[in-house]
Amino acid sequence: MGLTLVEKILKKHSQSRKLEDFIYAKVDFCFGNDITAPLAVKEFLKAKFTDIFDRNRIGFICDHFVPARDLKAANNVKLLKEFAAKFKIKHIYDIHQCGVEHAFLPEAGIVRPLDLVIGADSHTCTYGALGAASFGVGSTDLAAAMKEGKCWFRVPKTIKFVYKGKLPRWIGGKDLVLNTIGKIGVDGALYQVMEFCGPVIKKLDMDDRFTMCNMAIEAGGKTGIIAPDKKTIEYVKKLNPKRKEVKVLESDKDAKYSKIIETDVSDLEPQVACPHLPSNVKAVSKLKKIKLDQVVIGSCTNGRITDLEIAVKIARGKKVSKGVRAIVIPATHKIYQEAEKRGMLKVLVEAGFVVCMPTCGPCLGGHTGILDKGEIALATTNRNFIGRMGHPESFVYLSSPAVAAASAITGRITHPEEI
Amino acid sequence: MILKGKAHKFGDNINTDDIIAAKYLDSCDDDFLGSKCMETIDTTFIKRVTRGDIIVAGNNFGCGSSREHAPVSIKGAGISLVIAKSFARIFYRNSINVGLPILVCDDTSKISSLDLLEVDLQNGLIKDVTKNKMFSSEKFPDFMQEIIKKKGLLNWIKSSV
Repeated sequence: MGLTLVEKILKKHSQSRKLEDFIYAKVDFCFGNDITAPLAVKEFLKAKFTDIFDRNRIGFICDHFVPARDLKAANNVKLLKEFAAKFKIKHIYDIHQCGVEHAFLPEAGIVRPLDLVIGADSHTCTYGALGAASFGVGSTDLAAAMKEGKCWFRVPKTIKFVYKGKLPRWIGGKDLVLNTIGKIGVDGALYQVMEFCGPVIKKLDMDDRFTMCNMAIEAGGKTGIIAPDKKTIEYVKKLNPKRKEVKVLESDKDAKYSKIIETDVSDLEPQVACPHLPSNVKAVSKLKKIKLDQVVIGSCTNGRITDLEIAVKIARGKKVSKGVRAIVIPATHKIYQEAEKRGMLKVLVEAGFVVCMPTCGPCLGGHTGILDKGEIALATTNRNFIGRMGHPESFVYLSSPAVAAASAITGRITHPEEI
Repeated sequence: MILKGKAHKFGDNINTDDIIAAKYLDSCDDDFLGSKCMETIDTTFIKRVTRGDIIVAGNNFGCGSSREHAPVSIKGAGISLVIAKSFARIFYRNSINVGLPILVCDDTSKISSLDLLEVDLQNGLIKDVTKNKMFSSEKFPDFMQEIIKKKGLLNWIKSSV
């Protein structure tokens, strides 16, 4: 019996030669952010550990409540900096050096194809787009990995998602993954890997692939993964031209899947997840009457350069609807700089968008865009749970950057072709 | 070990934003996080809990973010055990890692709010004293039982060095 890609990566990193149900495996990189890493540090110190496994393989990426929104947030960043200095941890980044962790780590070349990565953040599954096996864990897992360089895993089953047909205009990774979550539900892939493949995936650019793997967790998935191919190799080499070889792997032809789900995308409309679950998905045309108070384009799901390109294309020469607070958040410092250099930010600001510094910000109701009671937002983020973006009686809809930009212009949920 | 407490019922897909809102995540303090437990969806929950009480829920309990603050908040609120039809995976491992007891049981819909429960954790046996009924739960795999026995991941690591 063959192995899936995730099984192969786990086996390679496992201590035992056989792939058992539970493995204690070596990690290539482990990290946390300004809300999960302080708890890991607290547990690490409480356990009286005095050394770390490898100063080059631990990361603290400050992105959630920064630049510090208050004293507690400032204290958490300071605590991480002090701990990093004490143990000479290399990868410590304050907000001006990074941006949103899951956009930053691949961009910085810190996470690579076929790596085994754990992160104390649920959207760690994003790196499956590079062909890495990457799993969200908790703070204690991170504390243990900082000490041991290892993590325990239950070897997961895999569901194969095959996308066929011709991708219609305005449809991207976000629509595909929302459509899939809508089909299988928020626990449809519980404990399992979501392997995305098929001719449509082959053609998707890397940013769309990041979006898809990013949202595997919203279906309960252990991670999402896409086998590295030509596009992955190009992406990695472009970031690091000195790198001669990029290793690739894929699932065996006779690998065992728990399920195979095929989707023909040819007639797919842009998809929108309605409050209060990412699985509450409808076609955009059914939501035309929903008026908006806020639009957010950004996050680890959709704050990358091609996401901003789409927003710019739609917003150029147009004006944001008067009643809408439209917020754009480039996901990393590098993306911000590129958008600035190419004049993209100017187009957005002239259209009436406000551009914020890279941060997770409003996605989890942190800062820079909190909703009050009764307010309605459309966001390119990943969750629309009750109270996620602020008041427990506010409402969040989730969509692609194309739908978000078009809706900012009209003030209601809108198909981009209307603009 | 026998745990005794009254049941507090929750439905399916209780997510970590429900359990502890993101705005409180800059705290690592068990008591503070406990005082805000479930605030988003039920502001009176914390007032109704007596130390030792038990949360009883449906499918996919703890879905959403990786915040370990969620099981810490539940522990901090005085809850001794969570029983659900299924758990989201990161919540599941976080609970085991921080020593919050959890049980997977198909029959949670047969338990009513405020029923008195007696739970034999070792054997996974749930007795609904109010209804005089017994329910069983899934056995933890051996590997996890080792971590549970050591009361958390870091103790397990220390004892295996």
